[in-house]
Amino acid sequence: MTGLDARRKATNALMLSLTGICTILVASVLFIILGYLAFNGARYLSLDFFTKLPVPVGEMGGGMANAIVGSGKLLLLALSIGVPIGFFGGIYLAEFSHGTFPFIIRYTTDLLNGVPSIVIGIFAYAMVVHPMGHFSTLAGGVALGVMMIPIALRTTEEFLHGVPQSLREGGLALGASKSRTIFTVVVPAALDGIVSGMMLDLARVAGETAPLLFTALGNPFWSKGWMEPTSALPMMIFTYGISPYEDWHKQAWAAGFVLLSFVLLVNIIARTFISRLRTVY
Amino acid sequence: MKLIRYAGVIIGTFMAASLAFGQMNLTGAGATFPYPIYSKWFNEYKKLHPNVQINYQSIGSGAGIKQVTEGTVDFGATDGPMNDEQLKEFKDKRGTNVLHFPTVLGANVPIYNIPGVSAELNFTGEALAGIFLGKITKWNDPALMGPNPGVKLPADDIIVVHRADSSGTTFVWTDYLSKISPEWNTKVGKGATVNWPVGLGGKGSEGVSGQVKQSANSIGYVELIYAKQNKISYGKVKNKSGAFIKAELASVTAAAAGVEMPDDFRISIVDSAAKTAYPISTFTWLLIPEEIKDKEKLKVIKDFLTWMTGPGQKMTEALDFAPLAAPVVAKETKAFAKVH
Amino acid sequence: MSTVSLAPGSLHGAPAKQSYIRRLRAGDAVTHTVTLLCASSILLVTALLVIYMWNGSALPRQKFGFGFITSSTWDAGKGQFGALPFAFGTAVTAIVALLISVPLGLGAAIFLAELAPRKLSNYMTFLIELLAAVPSVIYGVLGISLVVPVLQSSIVPFLKKTLGFLPIFSGPFYGVSIFSACIVLSVMIVPFIVSVSREVLMAVPTDQREAALALGSTRWETTWKAVLPYARRGIYGSVFLALARALGETMAVTMVIGNSPKIAHSLLAPGYTIASVIANEFTEATGDLYLQSLIELGLVLFALTMVINAIAQLLVLSTGARLEK
Repeated sequence: MTGLDARRKATNALMLSLTGICTILVASVLFIILGYLAFNGARYLSLDFFTKLPVPVGEMGGGMANAIVGSGKLLLLALSIGVPIGFFGGIYLAEFSHGTFPFIIRYTTDLLNGVPSIVIGIFAYAMVVHPMGHFSTLAGGVALGVMMIPIALRTTEEFLHGVPQSLREGGLALGASKSRTIFTVVVPAALDGIVSGMMLDLARVAGETAPLLFTALGNPFWSKGWMEPTSALPMMIFTYGISPYEDWHKQAWAAGFVLLSFVLLVNIIARTFISRLRTVY
Repeated sequence: MKLIRYAGVIIGTFMAASLAFGQMNLTGAGATFPYPIYSKWFNEYKKLHPNVQINYQSIGSGAGIKQVTEGTVDFGATDGPMNDEQLKEFKDKRGTNVLHFPTVLGANVPIYNIPGVSAELNFTGEALAGIFLGKITKWNDPALMGPNPGVKLPADDIIVVHRADSSGTTFVWTDYLSKISPEWNTKVGKGATVNWPVGLGGKGSEGVSGQVKQSANSIGYVELIYAKQNKISYGKVKNKSGAFIKAELASVTAAAAGVEMPDDFRISIVDSAAKTAYPISTFTWLLIPEEIKDKEKLKVIKDFLTWMTGPGQKMTEALDFAPLAAPVVAKETKAFAKVH
Repeated sequence: MSTVSLAPGSLHGAPAKQSYIRRLRAGDAVTHTVTLLCASSILLVTALLVIYMWNGSALPRQKFGFGFITSSTWDAGKGQFGALPFAFGTAVTAIVALLISVPLGLGAAIFLAELAPRKLSNYMTFLIELLAAVPSVIYGVLGISLVVPVLQSSIVPFLKKTLGFLPIFSGPFYGVSIFSACIVLSVMIVPFIVSVSREVLMAVPTDQREAALALGSTRWETTWKAVLPYARRGIYGSVFLALARALGETMAVTMVIGNSPKIAHSLLAPGYTIASVIANEFTEATGDLYLQSLIELGLVLFALTMVINAIAQLLVLSTGARLEK
């Protein structure tokens, strides 16, 4: 073996091991995040956290019951805006359109998806908060819903595209109208993927904080209905996290743990579904 | 007969009082300076009136002024009084004037975190100006060592922490520095936001306290209660009469004593000449629109204001805020009639 | 239609059949309209957004013109607004984050696409993609409590000892800084690079590898000289995607960057980004010029991410690999 060969072999071994190290580094970051959060967050979880309201600044105790419910309401609203519009829009792109119009829609969708969430926040402030004259759960839900639309739409389109043409043709051959075929044949075939995609979308907006700063504002009490400002988990994590109060830090960890668990759980379930689907089609 | 009449009156009043309010939700936003006492007040007020929820968000005086001007909150709060331009903007946008109502007195203290130094440091106004101007860069500078004989200050760099957001606390702090230091006055000036020569920005008094607490050799400025609740060291400041004064109830009250309160309640009491006064003391105000269209909300606001100047004042001392002096309360109570 | 129709009552006469068919066709039309409306709503929302941002930034555009982008003064009290410190902070944090994450991410992608057994590769990719799902605010809290103290106690002193002569590592370190933001950002964007690059690498046809190996290359040489160049455009696409994400990141950066609108030559100094200043100052911007200057900053950011996303799309799509979002 010449010196050159030896060098090439050595380079090979070195670079390949480096790539392995890179992978381990990247994967271990996830474990560090989870571990740190689990350690600090889980130990500060208590029944109080889930059932009590925050107490005045500087006092000990209290919980984030209103923030958990607030996040739930915001996500519910976001779902009811993002899912229908994304779903039907995706159907349009996949089933009804040809030519340049769908290209424009796709490009605009990706554009909207790329807009920083803080910009969506100031947009929601101008469109909802300012005309209504007050901060509200509705404004926050609208901001999150708008963020959900692009991914919901692309997911629906993608999975509908994945349905074989033969199914559509079968439906039409049996005399069903186009819309009937879509809703009774094509969509059910793609439904698993669509639902998984929507779940991933939901998990993504569940953690968003920036747009809520100018829309939902925050609330130390229970927020009734949709027209009042509301608290939300990500906002509480932010506020409590940057504060100097030890008690608040502990609650921020606990909240972070709850939020992360929710997000990761939804992601794992959704992605497992999707990977199983990919092997089918 | 009389008993029944009395009972009827009492029950009737009680019912009227609870009916009068229904379920009321008000939103206010602004200063982080008085947030500890405000959050206590609104919590207590809710206990007394279970159907009234006053949601106060501590997002900074600047944001309070802005949001009450935009009409997205029912009232604002600030420790830097609105200037004439802002008053005009309010009038233009809301069609009515905005009134300032003082609530408590507080102290703006220099907080610091120097490893190994637990003593109460003495600061002169000039030294504080020098630090925040970036001219005094190390803790063992003569200007700092001089007033603190016997304290071993390290040769480390001073990390300056200021507010990143528009802040009444900043207004008061820079107001004081402008009066003390001509250089500060020309270079930076006073305001809720200024072009800071040096330093890191923390969001809200909470952010500044948090930042100082976790950064060795840092200095910042916050309301007294934030320093006390978080066990952060804070220093004494030299007042106009030459004494190094510690921020506490007595010295803050002294700064406001005998001051001629103008009709619109906008006043600065920094750099007071009183002998025992703490030089960086301030009033803090609620911003209430003169005309409130929602009559239910009007009732709640007026009731709260009255409560605030009465039973509310008794809760301030526990949180190291000084209550308002009797003449101020009297003047304020008369001014409540303006809100309609 | 005439003999194969399944319409109920079709055997009973023309009127029932025709109305049913009409209803079917109407159903189609309704569906078509509804879905078209929903798809068009995207256009409407985006158009509204752009119009709002353009109109909402009229004052500073008139007053400062292009000077807005070149001015480095941000003084709300005096009515002077300039975007330079924020554009600088945004650009520097994103670029340095890329410098850290691209080698790491690409290395991991190569390992996962070329070397690892399929099952292990899928499993590890799954884990790494979960990183992308972690909310920004949690990265921020971890940044404050984990990254900054570790930087302060071990990493920065080491850097200063070894590379302290470089201007980018000069000056005092306060914990919160551009450097801390870069580290946090790089962790946030590495999953995108790994995920997309891996897909792009796996899409390279096997004959490329086989040809190189047949000519006597080592595994590494095959990867470096045959596979990577082929997948080059897709990898650039993943980089641009990660860049676009880094530019718009708000919460995590706000919590560790130090919020100081100054341009410094050292990474260890505090800084500010466009997204952070909007988050901190939007609710308090009194006076129209102030508010509109913030909106103009948002417009600048929006335009930037728009361009970068477009480039990313073109690059990745041109290699035929699917773009995962």
